[in-house]
Amino acid sequence: MSAPDLRAKPGWRSVKDRLMTGLMLAAVVAVLVPLAAVLASLAARGGGIALASFPDFFTQEIPRFSRRAGPGMGPAVIGTLLVTATATALAVPLGVLGAIYLHEYGGSGRFARLVRFMATVMTGVPSIVMGLFVYLLWTIRFGFSAFGGALALACLMLPVVIGASEQMLRLVPGHLREASYALGATKSRTILTVVLPAALPGIVSGCLLAVARAAGETAPLLFAVGAAKAFNWSVLHEANTALPSQIFGNALDVPAAQGRAWGAALTLVLLTFLLTLAARLVTGRFALKR
Amino acid sequence: MQLSELRGRSQNADRAFRWLAAGAAGIVLVVLALIAITMTDRARPVLGRMGLGFFTQTTWSVPTNTYGALGFLYGTLYTAVIAIAIAVPISFGVALFVTQVAPRWVRRPLVYVIDLLAVVPSVVFGLWGLLVMAPALGLQPSYLAAGIILAIMITPIITSLSREVIETTPVTDKEAAFALGATRWEMITATVWPHSKGGLVGAVMLGLGRAMGETIAATLVIGNTVHVTANPLAPGYSMPTVIANEFGEAEPLHKSALIALAVTLFLITIAVNLAATWIVQRSMRRSRGT
Repeated sequence: MSAPDLRAKPGWRSVKDRLMTGLMLAAVVAVLVPLAAVLASLAARGGGIALASFPDFFTQEIPRFSRRAGPGMGPAVIGTLLVTATATALAVPLGVLGAIYLHEYGGSGRFARLVRFMATVMTGVPSIVMGLFVYLLWTIRFGFSAFGGALALACLMLPVVIGASEQMLRLVPGHLREASYALGATKSRTILTVVLPAALPGIVSGCLLAVARAAGETAPLLFAVGAAKAFNWSVLHEANTALPSQIFGNALDVPAAQGRAWGAALTLVLLTFLLTLAARLVTGRFALKR
Repeated sequence: MQLSELRGRSQNADRAFRWLAAGAAGIVLVVLALIAITMTDRARPVLGRMGLGFFTQTTWSVPTNTYGALGFLYGTLYTAVIAIAIAVPISFGVALFVTQVAPRWVRRPLVYVIDLLAVVPSVVFGLWGLLVMAPALGLQPSYLAAGIILAIMITPIITSLSREVIETTPVTDKEAAFALGATRWEMITATVWPHSKGGLVGAVMLGLGRAMGETIAATLVIGNTVHVTANPLAPGYSMPTVIANEFGEAEPLHKSALIALAVTLFLITIAVNLAATWIVQRSMRRSRGT
């Protein structure tokens, strides 16, 4: 332990203290400036195109020739919703069930510890690796589709959902379970009617955050979803597109396409912020009493 | 807990639910095993052709079927190091400000706002970095531009983890330091720092893992040419970005080379993440005194 020299000159000591506090404030500013700058650019450049041609930007197809300025991003909005919803439908039930196993059954047994460890490993898998994996597993056989992208996103979400849900199950007090057993309920019934409802707000909020992160992922979609310019409402068939892929594809294109990229970026950020806000509201309103 | 087993009627349903949950937990193992098997299998052709040269050569030439990954390895590490060098002092500064300096009413909103940075999709940072930040700073796409964007992206992660670590410092230690007449900064160096050192190292390593695996934002601002140089203003290339750029139109051996890159990236990020998780957990356990 490096003890400070309390005998040093008091003047110098307080100067140093203030200097360091100043540096901490500077760090806070250094974080807030990029955030404000990104939001400002989104509002200025994205707001221009997305709102100037409201609601065409969200309802029209993507121009076949990227040189043409103006709307739309409709297929990408629909694609993002399809891909993210499918990924959620795959990852959330599996993840919550898995967490139930880990906390209610597995405890500190060998299988549960292995799964927990591997879930930690899985959170570290870079998203581009997940994209390649799904390409090799799915796209190579069945071609481009929203479902391929959803598979990749679900793989990224699964360990996050498991982790968040297990943490919430841990907060459910044991006496709730015991009360249910005392009434003669079986273990599965106790879990489904007592434990899960008690932990539900926390689980919902954890899942919403996972969905928000997944909705913004680009790399897993690159080789799985394709780059359609027309609406595709099918989850399983034909190439689709998504907001992140459109932003990525248009960023290095002509200015007209870059304009659409900004509009898509604004839409995507609003979508993820809404999901995050919903997560906060759920946690705030139904917070588990510890 | 055994009470539930007194009832025989629903025992089958009970057991079925247990197996269902165990199956869901087991999906994690299945997915990871599938990733390991499919990816290493596809990576074998290029490793058979290049041998260890895959990791020691910098020539990456598709027409001559020469694949040396060293340039990408270097770029991945170099951008990650730049990102860490920028993000760490800022993150620690913010974490200290939030936990030790800020009045209570500033704390929560500030944490919320910083967490918003973590929600902004990486492709949006890439778009902003390419079209707004780089021109504003007079930067070409380069190691430095990619490093700055990655730094912005990992700052919220490192901040929130170090905040958690710092908050475990016992109040009595801090009060003892103040009672001896220490200034706030002296209190921080004498109690907070020695107490949280281990956890902070872990937080930094988790940020490092994230920075190395991040694909899309870096792809847009790194420059996409191999340069093994210490000059941060030179354009570069990294493992995830070359996969994102080339995989779509690659020939079989070229694909195999890119998959081998993905396997390498996967192994490195997992090693870094596991080390980080281990360090964080150990220091948290130690600080809780159990």
